[in-house]
Amino acid sequence: MEISLTVNGDTQSADVEPRTLLVHFLRDQLGLTGTNIGCDTSSCGACTILVDGQSAKSCNLLAVQADGAEITTIEGLAGADGLHPMQQAFHESHALQCGYCTPGMVMASISLVEEYPNLDADGVREGLEGNLCRCTGYQNIVKAVLSVKK
Amino acid sequence: MTVTDNPTGGIIGQARLRKEDPALLTGEAKFMDDLVLPGALWVNCVRSPHAHATIDNIDTTAALAVEGVTAVYTGADLAEDWAGPLPCAWPVTDDMKSPDYWPVAQGKVCHVGDIVAVVVADSRYVAADGAEGVVVDYSLLPAVISIEDAESDQVVIHEGLGTNVSYEWPLIPDPEGVEAAFANATHHVTETYVHQRLIPAPMEPRGVAAVPAPHNGDMILYSSTQIPHILKVMAALTVGIPEHKMRVIAPAVGGGFGCKLGVYPEEILCLALAVRHGVPVRWTEGRTEAATATIQGRAQRQTIELAADENGKLLAVRATLLADMGAYFQLITPGVPLLGAFLFHGLYDVPLYSFTCKSVFTNLTPTDAYRGAGRPEATYAIERAMDVLALAVGVEPDEIRSLNFIPTEKFPYDSPAGLVFDSGDYQPALDRAKELINWEERRAEQAERQAAGSKMHLGLGISTYVEMCGLAPSRVLASLNYGAGGWESATVRILPTCKIQVVTGATPHGQGHETAWSMIVADRLGVDPDDVEVLHSDTAISPLGLDTYGSRSLSVGGTAIWMATERVVEKASLIAAHMLEANADDLELTNGVFNVKGTPGAEVPLAEVAFAAFTAHDLPEGLEPNLQAEVTWDPPNFTFPFGAHIALVEIDEETGEVEIIDYAAVDDCGNQVNPMIVEGQVHGGIVQGIGQALWEEAIYDEDGQCRSTNLGDYLVPSAAETIDMKLDYTVTPSPTNPLGVKGIGEAGTIASTPAVMNAVVDALRHLGVTEMAMPASPMRVRRSIENAQGGAV
Repeated sequence: MEISLTVNGDTQSADVEPRTLLVHFLRDQLGLTGTNIGCDTSSCGACTILVDGQSAKSCNLLAVQADGAEITTIEGLAGADGLHPMQQAFHESHALQCGYCTPGMVMASISLVEEYPNLDADGVREGLEGNLCRCTGYQNIVKAVLSVKK
Repeated sequence: MTVTDNPTGGIIGQARLRKEDPALLTGEAKFMDDLVLPGALWVNCVRSPHAHATIDNIDTTAALAVEGVTAVYTGADLAEDWAGPLPCAWPVTDDMKSPDYWPVAQGKVCHVGDIVAVVVADSRYVAADGAEGVVVDYSLLPAVISIEDAESDQVVIHEGLGTNVSYEWPLIPDPEGVEAAFANATHHVTETYVHQRLIPAPMEPRGVAAVPAPHNGDMILYSSTQIPHILKVMAALTVGIPEHKMRVIAPAVGGGFGCKLGVYPEEILCLALAVRHGVPVRWTEGRTEAATATIQGRAQRQTIELAADENGKLLAVRATLLADMGAYFQLITPGVPLLGAFLFHGLYDVPLYSFTCKSVFTNLTPTDAYRGAGRPEATYAIERAMDVLALAVGVEPDEIRSLNFIPTEKFPYDSPAGLVFDSGDYQPALDRAKELINWEERRAEQAERQAAGSKMHLGLGISTYVEMCGLAPSRVLASLNYGAGGWESATVRILPTCKIQVVTGATPHGQGHETAWSMIVADRLGVDPDDVEVLHSDTAISPLGLDTYGSRSLSVGGTAIWMATERVVEKASLIAAHMLEANADDLELTNGVFNVKGTPGAEVPLAEVAFAAFTAHDLPEGLEPNLQAEVTWDPPNFTFPFGAHIALVEIDEETGEVEIIDYAAVDDCGNQVNPMIVEGQVHGGIVQGIGQALWEEAIYDEDGQCRSTNLGDYLVPSAAETIDMKLDYTVTPSPTNPLGVKGIGEAGTIASTPAVMNAVVDALRHLGVTEMAMPASPMRVRRSIENAQGGAV
């Protein structure tokens, strides 16, 4: 099927097999491999991207469902002026170790802060429940997200 | 934090941000599945849905009919492709029983997830379609699930071995002494604990690609592995590819926790299929697949006995293990219990010691190393039993520990198991942890709630620990029958423009080696850490190495880096002396400048020395024109980090839910290179250990089906259940390496599981609860309360 969508500001048109997962489309067809796959049950959140500004698990969408959507992946955040504030906060708070969950965690955090600007630490923890990290124990991730909020 | 004996000046000891981060934060880093390999064929593994069965027939017709499927292979088809079965590097005893483990099962399957056929296709989706079309007929055999059933030998899994018992491994230096101690003890505590099977679950599942060069015979194996160096040797031997034609590359690796410390069927399969097809062959593991295809951790039943005098002073410790190896041996499966064999007396001064481990095969996924590997198991047993002893003696859990700590003046301490503990000072860590958790106030609050009849119970749990890490002195490994050494290699190279290349054999998978290694080198050379590049994880660039596990990287690999840097400085000082017409012994290197001690102005920057080494126009007679040094360091001893953790939990009696309210950790890993990285390791380790205590369990039914195959059913902790922890440190440098470092990668996991479980039992003790199995789920907690109160409440 033909789909047309905007990814990180660029218009993309492609022919996709109807069963293609959005995450595989982004990774395998567009070469945007920053979005990772950590599970097959939409439990881990490693594949989180922004679809029309809201966080979504891209393993849980078909590419054809994204027809007409505006998508932002981790590759779309940093610009000539450096890292996105959330990426910078993760860096400064040591909120990543192996980095595999990080793109999804950063995207989910951006969306969370956007939607709920006044969250406290407990709110951040609840808000990131769908994004698993095995390395950091979350403490520094929460710290990073709270620092951006301020 | 008190820093003592910091060996260096300036950069070591700083909380410096990681140079690894920008690539990982932007999607620039390339993990296994990110690699673009033109023309690659994809593999999908057809896996056994049964725990124990003979394979009667495999019909591949439908699979081969799928458009895009290139080939389908069964175990019989590939039987001639192996030079040998999958390797086990640790035959712990000379008479250890070891079954052949083939990449694709031949004739029968021994666990759910055993590979029975492989489909090779031109895309990952088509390979999966093909796998759906493979029809396998099985005749079911009775499955051996529990270690007790395995031990009984009523059903023998590997008929050729004649038994399910693989080995028995005793460590009893003084058997009569132990018997006498128990005969004369006032207190004799006997406890039995079970370590449930755990699924390691790094966020990146495994992945492999083998890229052949059919005409010149080269082979590149990409793998999401912790051990490219060991894998190269083992894979070469198993597939029969000459070692010098093999190159192994670990791309960015998304966590390992021990489960990527293996030589897996899929790695060997991709190699063999790449040889057959002459094109790249790749495989990426799915999460559900990983539940039974990747090794699991822990899985042992422990009986621990303590003999103590009337005051609670320990006289002897006796540990008896029954360990579940799973269906086959992975790389170090049989040795994992032995990594804890020396530590069942914990950090207590005990004259007499007895350890025995019996290991059995079951029809479950093979076990192997999982964060801590043997040491969490040992620590759990002694720390829970110490609480029981405290109760028997009638003292607080901190008091029983303080009474028994190895006195500081006894270091280096000759342990009853035959080790020499390098350094330790245990009481300050416990005192500080009590302070952080507000021990006295929390105890009072707990008593108040109990007196008031509250249904929300507070519990305090202590875990003090010592671990042995820095794996390992090669001679000690030889005495344990391990099939390799424990050294680590480093090269430090000063480039013509005074930028530095460091080559390390310690292969990172999230720890931050690049940052830490840069700091070590920059500190000594007086250069900016950003001017240091650390090369790793590719056997063509870093040919020598023994990789990353067992909290070894800093104390072994970091020491090699330090020593190689020293050696480069020595050589540079010869050139500098020549340039300054001075004696090299009179030179010192400070902030990147060689100067003649006591002669102001007589100096030459390291940068000029580096360029002089490159041009080689005027070097001292006989000196080779390079500024590089390679060191392979074999440590003389393990290192012995220690610490004290205290958990505060609140349990809702009505629901059985356990909530972590507060957590204090005081760790001592010797000198710290980068305290920020140390903190991160402790955070993550603690949460992983809490996961075992409260949520994680590979649940198997009686047929050997795993019922927790995805991250909805296997409860890896999320941000919502975890809390901010309070950390602090004491610093007791290790005398066994020049950096005075010990290692911190596993400490949190080792300490936190017993701290939390002791807290859970502490919370419920006044209700009559004396035991609790892991994970302490709401259902288990409710049942324990009900059992304690003689039925339903």
